[in-house]
Amino acid sequence: MTWNRDMLAFLAFLALAIAAPAAVYPVFLMKVLCFALFACAFNLLVGYVGLLSFGHAMFFGGAAYISGHVVKVWGWPTELGILAGTACAALLGLVTGAIAIRRQGIYFAMVTLALAQMVFFFCLQANFTGGEDGIQAIPRRPLLGLLDIKNDLTFYYVVLAVFCAGFLVIYRTIHSPFGQVLKAIRENEPRAVSLGYRVDQYKLLAFVLSAALAGTAGATKAIVFQLASLTDVQWQMSGEVVLMTLVGGMGTVFGPIVGAGVIITMQNYLAGFGEWVLVIQGLIFVVVVLAFRRGVVGELMAWWRRRAGG
Amino acid sequence: MFELLGVPPQALFGQLLLGLINGAFYAMMSLGLAVIFGLLNVINFTHGAQYMMGAFCAWMLLEWAGIPYWGALVLAPVIVGLTGIVLERLFLRRLYHLDHLYGLLLTFGLSLIVEGLFRREFGSSGLPYGNPMPGGTNLGFMFLPHYRAWIIVFSLAICLATWFVIERTKLGSYLRAATERPELVQAFGINVPRMITLTYGFGVGLAALAGVLAAPAYNVSPVMGSNLIIVVFAVVVIGGMGSIMGSIVTGFALGIVEGLTKVFYPEASSTVIFIVMAIVLLLRPAGLFGTQR
Repeated sequence: MTWNRDMLAFLAFLALAIAAPAAVYPVFLMKVLCFALFACAFNLLVGYVGLLSFGHAMFFGGAAYISGHVVKVWGWPTELGILAGTACAALLGLVTGAIAIRRQGIYFAMVTLALAQMVFFFCLQANFTGGEDGIQAIPRRPLLGLLDIKNDLTFYYVVLAVFCAGFLVIYRTIHSPFGQVLKAIRENEPRAVSLGYRVDQYKLLAFVLSAALAGTAGATKAIVFQLASLTDVQWQMSGEVVLMTLVGGMGTVFGPIVGAGVIITMQNYLAGFGEWVLVIQGLIFVVVVLAFRRGVVGELMAWWRRRAGG
Repeated sequence: MFELLGVPPQALFGQLLLGLINGAFYAMMSLGLAVIFGLLNVINFTHGAQYMMGAFCAWMLLEWAGIPYWGALVLAPVIVGLTGIVLERLFLRRLYHLDHLYGLLLTFGLSLIVEGLFRREFGSSGLPYGNPMPGGTNLGFMFLPHYRAWIIVFSLAICLATWFVIERTKLGSYLRAATERPELVQAFGINVPRMITLTYGFGVGLAALAGVLAAPAYNVSPVMGSNLIIVVFAVVVIGGMGSIMGSIVTGFALGIVEGLTKVFYPEASSTVIFIVMAIVLLLRPAGLFGTQR
């Protein structure tokens, strides 16, 4: 039953996404998809393991730098650039995750935030990142040597494929026995420990998976905008992905996609208002936390259940 | 002129002094966070913004009302503390029954609002604030500006006074009891919700006081808080939030570590605290003074 409903929702999303370039500028759509994948990866951790990471920008931005560097300076092909970004983000996730999972709850959030700040300072000082300028004019080489991704529309469908692949990996993870254990840890960690699960290993694997997919999103974003910059690794970026997931609905499968769409659209319309964007993002945080903690998708599902039940 | 470990003493003691000053701010900030967390179970992400508000409050009092530094040192923490009390009454209070993470998210949102509003009003470059204690003393091995000495002495006094009130007075014993078992303390007829409100106001006031102290030393700028708060979080993770004295000692010690790193390996000076945090987490996950919960 659930499988069918999720399936239908996914097919509807796919149909919408395939038709969307007819109405909306493809670069904007690619941005939404990259951030949607980023938010889905983040949601895997916060929604299904109950670990709130406040440092996911390090994977997103770190992978953007790596893929930008290998594609631009080393001349690697695009697909290898994205894979390199993903692999490095996974590795970074393995190291930072091993440190961060030693604390829970609020401390976990503070530790990830601090580690991400460390990565930010590294990126600020390292030579290959280009400091304040970032890595600019990253070339869009033909994909697999065949597909011309200089064309925005073609590249949009490639990004859509990357997104779907990432999304299905997450979906499969959540609905696997592994995902069930993750949810058990979220609900009651001491009980999961007493049942004999090596909780730390499960958490670490989930962390690495989430980091890797956030890296895929960041690497893809770097190729789309041909730019990797400090904005991608700043703590504000970590805050943005939290906001997207919160608005869409933490722990819902489709929430992060909706949240990313809402926030990116909002940023697009408010781009001319400067500092107001920050204020409005803060206001959304406050309103959602106080009044509507389940997020858009979560509230819709609750409404649906109430209707079906009553 | 003699040298210490290949470093001229002027540079060494100069950086040590700067490190101690940073340490003074870390100590005051993490102390406020620890007091708030103890009673409210909320990590106050707005703490950095409230530190910045303290500095701006001092600036506004001077520029708009002509109230000098010494007046601001008393007034600004009270004013900002009152805004904290309003926040607690209006918003934070509604979240105590929920997962602690929502408190973090709410205060994060509030800090974005505050920072955004100040950035819109004052730009992000920073405003100067005149030094109320110009001049300094030559100690022979280094030059000691009076205001910097004042920061260290004053913040140390504030930290120790806070420690004394919490650990050695009757009011403090109520506070510690309410941290352990709020329902039981309430059953004894103590108004715990009011105590929570006042505690939040006090922690916020402490952040604002640090902000006033910082105003003449650094520029007054809307981004000064968000830069500081992340380092203070790392300090809190290193020290653990279980002990008041622990927060104070960790704050000053990490300031000194940072200062020394600036002398011997400047490239790592902005990351050294995070590296210390990672090492402490690997060796003693509960923090130096903390108990795992």
